[in-house]
Amino acid sequence: MSENVLQVDNLQVRYGGIEAVRGISFNVKAGEIVTLIGANGAGKSSTLRAISGLVRPGGGSIIFEGEDISGKNPTHIVSKGLMMVPEGRKIFPNLTVLENLKIGAYLRKDELEEDIAKVYEYFPRLKERSWQEGGTLSGGEQQMLAVGRALMGRPKLLMMDEPSLGLAPIVVQGIFEIIKQINSAGTTVLLIEQNANMALHVAHRAYVIENGKISMEGTGAELLNDEKVRAAYLGSTNK
Amino acid sequence: MEYVISVLLSGISVGGQYALIAIGYTLVYGILRLINFAHGDVFMVAGLMGIYFTATLPISVSLPLVIILTVLLGFTIERAAYKPLREAPRMSVMISAIGVSYLLQNTATYVTGGQPMTYPDIPFLSSTVNVAGTHTKWVVIITPFLVLVLVFALTQLINHTKVGMAMRAVSKDFETSMLMGIRIDRVISATFVIGSALAAIGSILFFTNYPAITPTAGAMPGLKAFVAAVFGGIGSIPGAVIGAFLIGICETIIKGLPSSWDVSVFSDAFTFALLIIILVFKPQGLFGEAATDKV
Repeated sequence: MSENVLQVDNLQVRYGGIEAVRGISFNVKAGEIVTLIGANGAGKSSTLRAISGLVRPGGGSIIFEGEDISGKNPTHIVSKGLMMVPEGRKIFPNLTVLENLKIGAYLRKDELEEDIAKVYEYFPRLKERSWQEGGTLSGGEQQMLAVGRALMGRPKLLMMDEPSLGLAPIVVQGIFEIIKQINSAGTTVLLIEQNANMALHVAHRAYVIENGKISMEGTGAELLNDEKVRAAYLGSTNK
Repeated sequence: MEYVISVLLSGISVGGQYALIAIGYTLVYGILRLINFAHGDVFMVAGLMGIYFTATLPISVSLPLVIILTVLLGFTIERAAYKPLREAPRMSVMISAIGVSYLLQNTATYVTGGQPMTYPDIPFLSSTVNVAGTHTKWVVIITPFLVLVLVFALTQLINHTKVGMAMRAVSKDFETSMLMGIRIDRVISATFVIGSALAAIGSILFFTNYPAITPTAGAMPGLKAFVAAVFGGIGSIPGAVIGAFLIGICETIIKGLPSSWDVSVFSDAFTFALLIIILVFKPQGLFGEAATDKV
């Protein structure tokens, strides 16, 4: 249970001359929900992009399931069982709902029926719309589709970049409920959120990122009760 | 009446040949947002290969060989001239495409010595047939049917296979496609392979009915096929096919008007004027999507 699925050491990401991530270290253990919280531009998304292989890290190591995947191509990383729900959902608007799910399993060669049924169980709305084009769905439904699509890859680690962004509070609550369900069904989750309150409530452990560095870490409950975190990310009256 | 039928028949046939080239433009544009200026020259090279191969090899070997080598040429051009510029601004890739276009034309001049080359008579395709009282080559009759079969096969591939699904995904969003594990470069290569294969088939049909091939022989059909693709809404396969048929028919009708009117020499100008008029009223082309630029 305490096995590290993901271990990031001294990760650096640079865009041109700008250092977006300046030596971040954290780990995610099997079965956990870990969240990285922080303000806009703190380096959260850059961290995820480096882990998923979209950008080449400037330094440091990313050990996933015992292999250093830093600088490897996204296809290799996906094939190892790391799926990402990208920021802004990014479903394929010109593919049907069903095709969007199938494309999440692009590298798999086995039968998908069971997985599709499981996704439809999590999100019955998607089943009703399975022949509709992804672009015709509402924002919340698109987020469900993006999560379902990632699950189709049978991830050992599911990374989510701001799943609450731009969604109504009630929809956000539904999404976080599902994240908990997915986790208790055995999938390890790395969650990135600006909505610190929600994220800290579902997470087992959390890291706070400021200016490209980890400034604090602890369990979700610890950070929820921390004075500084409450002042900076939750609003002092929020509990 | 017979004259009208023969003009229409040859218009449909020319249109079908343009369609096979136009699909190559529209597929590549759909995925890379690149106008592949070298595509018309790939078509010309396929024509020259047809001449050289049939001179020494039997038809049954040389025609498949033309298709295979044209596919290889299209694949190599993408890997050598476009892929290294994947992160570069689109304008750079376009200039690279113009460079490849001239490289192919100059190489063709070097190999042929600039002499117009006559396309061989391909048995059956070149033989004549009597349709509704007019004599015409079989190629004219066969082209539209062959085009329809190929287009049907292509749409099946794109809409009902895994690689087709990947092509549609990549055409919308490179980065998210990569997050699904799709190897972008393979999908891009696949579009060049398909486009080149269709151009090779088009070259066999087109040049069978064409007096001679020069190193610039790909330029005009290439340009018209490109116009057809824009006309139909670039990125759309049905659009490119319908656009190509319309342009082929329109051009042939203008060429076929009574010679005393003295307009046939303007047939290309009229074709392009038609394009301008349509684009004024429908800037996206017949089947084009509203402008959504990739970020």
